[in-house]
Amino acid sequence: MKSICFYFQIHQPFRLKTYRFFDIGNDHYYYDDFANDDIITRIAQRSYLPANEMLLDMIKANGKKFKVAFSISGTALEQLEQYVPEFIDSMKDLADTGCVEFLSETYAHSLSSLVDPEEFIAQVKAHDEKIYQLFGQRPKVFRNTELIYNDDIAAMVASMGFKGAITDGAKHILGWKSPNYLYKAASAPKLRLLLKNSKLSDDISFRFSNPEWAAYPLTADKYINWIATLPDEEMLINLFMNYETFGELQPRESGIFEFMKALPRFAAEHGIEFMTPSEVVSKMKPVSELSVMHPISWADEARDTSAWMGNILQEEAVNKLYCLGERIRLIQDKRIRQDWNYLQASDHFYYMCTKHSSDGSVHSHYSPYDSPYAAFTNYMNVLSDFLIRVREQFPEEIENEELNALLLTIRNQEHEIEELNREVELLRKNIVMDTTGDFVPKVEEEPKEEPKPTEKPEPKPKKAPAKKPAEKKTPAKKPAEKKAPAKKLAEKKAPVKKATEKKAPAKKPAAKKTTKK
Amino acid sequence: MKALMFGWEFPPHILGGLGTASFGLTKGMAQCGDMDITFVIPKPWGDEPKDFARIIGANTTPVAWRDVNWDYVEGRIGKVLDPQTYYDLRDHIYSDFNYMNTNDLGCIEFSGRYPDNLLEEINNYSIVAGVIARTVECDVIHSHDWLTYPAGIHAKQVTGKPLVIHVHATDFDRSRGNVNPTVFGIEKDGMNNADHIITVSDLTRKTVIEKYGISPDKVTTVHNAVEPLSQELLDLEVPPKHEKVVTFLGRITMQKGPEYFVDAAWQVLQKVRNVQFVMAGSGDMMEKMIRLAARRHIAGRFHFTGFLKGKQVYEMLKASDVYIMPSVSEPFGISPLEAMQMGVPSIISKQSGCAEILNNVIKVDYWDTNAIADAIYSIIKYPAMYNQLREQGLEEVNQITWDKAGAKVIDIYKRLINR
Repeated sequence: MKSICFYFQIHQPFRLKTYRFFDIGNDHYYYDDFANDDIITRIAQRSYLPANEMLLDMIKANGKKFKVAFSISGTALEQLEQYVPEFIDSMKDLADTGCVEFLSETYAHSLSSLVDPEEFIAQVKAHDEKIYQLFGQRPKVFRNTELIYNDDIAAMVASMGFKGAITDGAKHILGWKSPNYLYKAASAPKLRLLLKNSKLSDDISFRFSNPEWAAYPLTADKYINWIATLPDEEMLINLFMNYETFGELQPRESGIFEFMKALPRFAAEHGIEFMTPSEVVSKMKPVSELSVMHPISWADEARDTSAWMGNILQEEAVNKLYCLGERIRLIQDKRIRQDWNYLQASDHFYYMCTKHSSDGSVHSHYSPYDSPYAAFTNYMNVLSDFLIRVREQFPEEIENEELNALLLTIRNQEHEIEELNREVELLRKNIVMDTTGDFVPKVEEEPKEEPKPTEKPEPKPKKAPAKKPAEKKTPAKKPAEKKAPAKKLAEKKAPVKKATEKKAPAKKPAAKKTTKK
Repeated sequence: MKALMFGWEFPPHILGGLGTASFGLTKGMAQCGDMDITFVIPKPWGDEPKDFARIIGANTTPVAWRDVNWDYVEGRIGKVLDPQTYYDLRDHIYSDFNYMNTNDLGCIEFSGRYPDNLLEEINNYSIVAGVIARTVECDVIHSHDWLTYPAGIHAKQVTGKPLVIHVHATDFDRSRGNVNPTVFGIEKDGMNNADHIITVSDLTRKTVIEKYGISPDKVTTVHNAVEPLSQELLDLEVPPKHEKVVTFLGRITMQKGPEYFVDAAWQVLQKVRNVQFVMAGSGDMMEKMIRLAARRHIAGRFHFTGFLKGKQVYEMLKASDVYIMPSVSEPFGISPLEAMQMGVPSIISKQSGCAEILNNVIKVDYWDTNAIADAIYSIIKYPAMYNQLREQGLEEVNQITWDKAGAKVIDIYKRLINR
């Protein structure tokens, strides 16, 4: 029996506003709120919301036999929460049917899998956490940004405990093989691979309403027939597409919604069922291993990563950004963390693509910029400012490792102090309980030794336990000695802190802006 | 195929882009093979390249009969014209022009420049064209720019051969809309009489169609190209410099938008100090620009070199980090291509014809000085930007060759002849 596995991608980046070189060092808000609001609201109204409604109807009408999967980037979720909260609700309704699976990916729809493994793992975790919070599911199958995949990524994904991954059935990888089987990764044989059937996917997402296409008009009947007449051994048809296909790429008038609604009926006639990726992974057996040396993706003719890292501009921007990674992971500042996330969206690099062939027109279609050069200029200006802010956090001349050690010491000390405080608190309570009677003080000598600033008198009998902290002090002193370099750091940090404090009021309105919408 | 071309300038004695373009096109057509081109200019100097076209000077074409012997002709004009051609031409004098101011050879004198009595010179040129058209066999007539349209029309009337006119610029470009009615009249007359019109850009094509009321099917765009630079120019050495150099190179006139350059420079200098801005060229707005720079308090960072010629142009380019052409209206604009050949990243206005064929440059609206400033800043601050534009630009411009343009023109000829 054949199975269709649908997966839809939803992603929107936080587009940058026009950020001039004058703004570097002065303006720390980078996003074009108006455009972001406008675009996501428009697409949601035209596509996401009606498509969700369609899916819900389909699931209800087919007794839960119709199943789909979603991959929604963190940045898209944030924007949807902000601007189109009703979408989140409708997605929750879909999740409640039990027929919808959510896939894992990087939070920022980033290229981190290619350049920064540590960041990659952190982002995947952050994303899955977000999915769990919103929809109560822990993703089991991984889908990388734009289906970017190679053996290294497979190994990382498998080590994070995923059972399956989704990628493109690129011709130069498959050769004579068909994408209509389940494969396993060569570098991590436990990881199952689902490959996109490009022809059948693009028939829906790109060709559906094209009157010049030989197969126009496409009906559900015809489409299911194509699938049914595939060789019997080819059991798995992976249809992966952008969710915008419904209503945006293929407008409502084209009949795309009706086409989708009719699919389950014809599928049932031919005994074709629908599966989610994790069902596929657990029920089907992989036919062979697939080894991918150089990263592939689902973009452009080349199906490689040249759409994001294909020219000098893109390489420079990617490198400039990711060389900050290690430093940023030491930073707690929430706004820096947030900007770091948003700036990683692969879209920013996609806009800088200078391919001039047919691929080029696709690139310029999605780009808010006139030219790849304008995209680069704007991004680099933003990045220059971001760099300044990152540098302001810690003195630059300290190496990351040293800094890490110092931060660790400080953090440990904080812990220790907290612990000690807690103990003191506890003891103090005990004392209060014990000394309902008289407590006459040997006040003078004790508090001097005690680390606590209060001058509460200590009763005699409790002296012994009270000394405990005092004893502990000796080992505690060691970190205090270590403190010396940390103090240096603290001193160095002082002026910087002042600077950030000064900026605080200026920051607030910007921060509010984000939350308001 | 035989083509009779009328032009006004020919290298190495050129005053503007017209000569370079006519030369490149002629050479490119010759490279396509099977072309026999006669190129008429007002005043040859004798050092013009002759290997792909026969050059006839209007000032050596007799319009009045003079009984002169071979040796005399040889001695007088031998270095620019074969005496036999002189006699052939003399056999085709079609009317008595003795009333005109002719010299000992029966020829009219030409300055070959753009003198005050330009209209008179244009008229004389068309008189001479009548003699040449009767002498030189041709299948098609090709006139370069408005100065030679009357000559082309005259030649067409004489021979009955199709006339192609090549619009390198219109008066709308030169005057920012303040059109000289006489010039407009000559241009319009040429376009009406032409069997086909070639424009150097779609921008110019649009002007021809909209402002001169010409039917679109009669107008075709053939974009200009560039000659490969000699190794000597590519290897030019310039003294090492410690500051970034941003260069504007061209006539300092209203058409070229120099004031936008000054404004963008001022913006950049607010943020970065170690940049020099160079305005190379001369023109009627130069003093105004000097004053403007002073008023903006950036005169210290601004250099006015005056008119550069020949090798100086390439030395200037070689020393530049950014080339900028904020032209308000540029029919084509060949100089950014030259900058790209020298490996200089270029910023050009969207209102330039060359913007239609260039991808690896930064295109801005000429009035958008913010965008110009951003682009300058980006090139001088981000090495990746500089390298990408430099390398890709070089690769791109090397593909823009005259033989491709020449082939297009030959196609047009064939269509006209076989009509």
